[in-house]
Amino acid sequence: MKEGKKILLEHIDVPGIEKIETFRACGGYQSVEKALTSMTEAEVVHEVITSGLRGRGGAGFQTGTKWNFLAKPEGVPRYLVCNADESEPGTFKDRYLMEKIPHLLIEGMIVSSYALGVNKAYIYIRGEYFYLYKILEKAIEEAYKAGWLGQNILNTKYNLDLYMHIGAGAYICGEETALLESLEGKRGNPRIKPPFPAVAGLYGCPTVVNNVETIAAVPYIVNHGGENYASFGTEKSTGTKLISASGHINKPGVYEIELGLPVEEFIYSDSYCGGIRNGNELKAVVAGGSSVPILPKHLILQTPDGQPRLMSYESLSEGGFAAGTMLGSGGFIVMDETASIVMNLHTFARFYHHESCGQCSPCREGTGWMEKILHKILDGHGTLADIDLLWDIQSKIEGKTICALGDAAAWPVASAIRHFRSEFEAYIKDPMAINKISHYNEKYKIAGTAI
Amino acid sequence: MHSQIKSSKGEMKEIRFSEATMVKVREIIARYPEGRHKSALIPVLHLAQAEFDGWLSPEVMQYVAEILSIQAIEVFEVASFYSMFNLQPRGKCLIEVCRTSSCWLNGAYDIISYIEKKLNIKVGETTPDGKYTLKAVECLGSCGTAPMLQVGDQYHENLTFEKVDELLENYQQGEKMSNYC
Ligand SMILES: Cc1cc2nc3c(=O)[nH]c(=O)nc-3n(C[C@H](O)[C@H](O)[C@H](O)COP(=O)(O)O)c2cc1C
Ligand code: SF4
Ligand code: FES
Repeated sequence: MKEGKKILLEHIDVPGIEKIETFRACGGYQSVEKALTSMTEAEVVHEVITSGLRGRGGAGFQTGTKWNFLAKPEGVPRYLVCNADESEPGTFKDRYLMEKIPHLLIEGMIVSSYALGVNKAYIYIRGEYFYLYKILEKAIEEAYKAGWLGQNILNTKYNLDLYMHIGAGAYICGEETALLESLEGKRGNPRIKPPFPAVAGLYGCPTVVNNVETIAAVPYIVNHGGENYASFGTEKSTGTKLISASGHINKPGVYEIELGLPVEEFIYSDSYCGGIRNGNELKAVVAGGSSVPILPKHLILQTPDGQPRLMSYESLSEGGFAAGTMLGSGGFIVMDETASIVMNLHTFARFYHHESCGQCSPCREGTGWMEKILHKILDGHGTLADIDLLWDIQSKIEGKTICALGDAAAWPVASAIRHFRSEFEAYIKDPMAINKISHYNEKYKIAGTAI
Repeated sequence: MHSQIKSSKGEMKEIRFSEATMVKVREIIARYPEGRHKSALIPVLHLAQAEFDGWLSPEVMQYVAEILSIQAIEVFEVASFYSMFNLQPRGKCLIEVCRTSSCWLNGAYDIISYIEKKLNIKVGETTPDGKYTLKAVECLGSCGTAPMLQVGDQYHENLTFEKVDELLENYQQGEKMSNYC
């Protein structure tokens, strides 16, 4: 079987790759040399546009286009902020990248900052990743010492300061405007857009916010050219993507896949997830982090018209909301036949309720209400009308809020009911069904307090 | 004269960062542009929590406000928003077990019940001897090595009951008060 192209993780297994000397010996920081000494800022942006790279944080927006939007008023500083908040349930790829090969992110921050005309850049990392914060601080210090950061980099008169900034536990700070508020020392309340960060971002100045994985792809694009990058993957999903695979599979972990890999191969091949644990049946997959619609086996392996479903932005969304999903952040959660869709949904509903910032009534009230109803169903007091009520509530959140957390809270509920309505009904009719699901150990049943 | 708080050992302690911490505070403030020192608030609250017994009392928040020349209410607004800031005293060893989807699929609730039984407390409570506080938290980015829990900055992954036994034993002395900043 052909191994897919490795762009981000090519050197991941080189011993000592977290150190600057080893990283450099593997060709690290070459893109900085190339860009600063032989390319204009616009040329770097052009290569990123040509590459077709799409943002890896969830929305999949074209990175080059976003960079092009950056306003450049005279005398106003611009900022690049790396989104390392990674809190979408099921996602742990940025963590892997930063832990194993921190200099790749730093290299990406330098070339990207150069392209955007930025002299001060920040990496906003979630508070729980404090051990990674320390790894990155150390790597940044090494990069300063080696002259890749600071004043007059490579004698080109280009200056860049790169700083870490730590959060303190709030999923909403992954939303880019909430992240900027948080970076300004405030509560993580998303801002009303427009203005977009490209015009008024950090401290009211033009700002680009990009995900860790997006930034880490830029060095390759600068070294090899946008066309080369675009030759991998599919037409609309170029290059490679890190997938965080978890749940009931034999080999959970982070995999770099060439976009366009069949979902079936990803789940069953020994090069990736290695199939379902204990030889069980696949039941359902949440393909792109908790926010995206859950799909049952037949729809995740095939599109509605019977074609093999591929790991790409366009293939996963084929069939629209009725029968498709999204690539999102690449948080691939697999459930086997023993998993309860209702209980899983409850963990998501509780999550979104907990993480709602509270600014918009539909989100603040709706997420709490949905969690309560699901809790009631799990407790054995649900009625069939509750299913319709859940449906009604989620439909009144979606598209009616300041930020996309509202949608993210609505879609899992809508899709679970759409594809697994009968399971909700079965639960409500036979509440004891919950105890028939096997867990880590039969001795300890589901704890009331944990719910 | 700065205000005082009672330390975990019961003695009164003045609220004032050590000189070493002040060096860190100044270094953090310098990361942000002129006049944007409020950006340092979250990192400095982490430092405060680490230095003053793992939680943020009103007095500590007042102190942080003074250091950053901002209003106490601005500090409280932020401290109360982020889940990693504790506004109540807590046990020496804070155990945070993830209970979101991937961890749940791999038995996180069973791990939580196991710890509850073992420590004889419920989620959200502290043992009477003040040694352990148990919290259930949402996804910590460790879903591929589920179930997991965090103590200080340490991730403990692929948990089994045996591993839980072992780590509770190891943290008995509570030296993992807080490891942030
Ligand atoms: C509720 C919510 C949470 C988000 N969390 C993250 C996150 O943890 N990491 C991330 O990179 N993007 C996250 N995003 C997307 C960001 O708003 C933003 O689109 C992204 O950082 C842009 O980078 P990209 O274009 O490189 O993907 C989140 C969005 C929403 C609405
Ligand atoms: S949708 Fe939810 S999280 Fe987003 S701004 Fe509104 S209340 Fe806050
Ligand atoms: S679900 Fe527990 S770490 Fe992600």
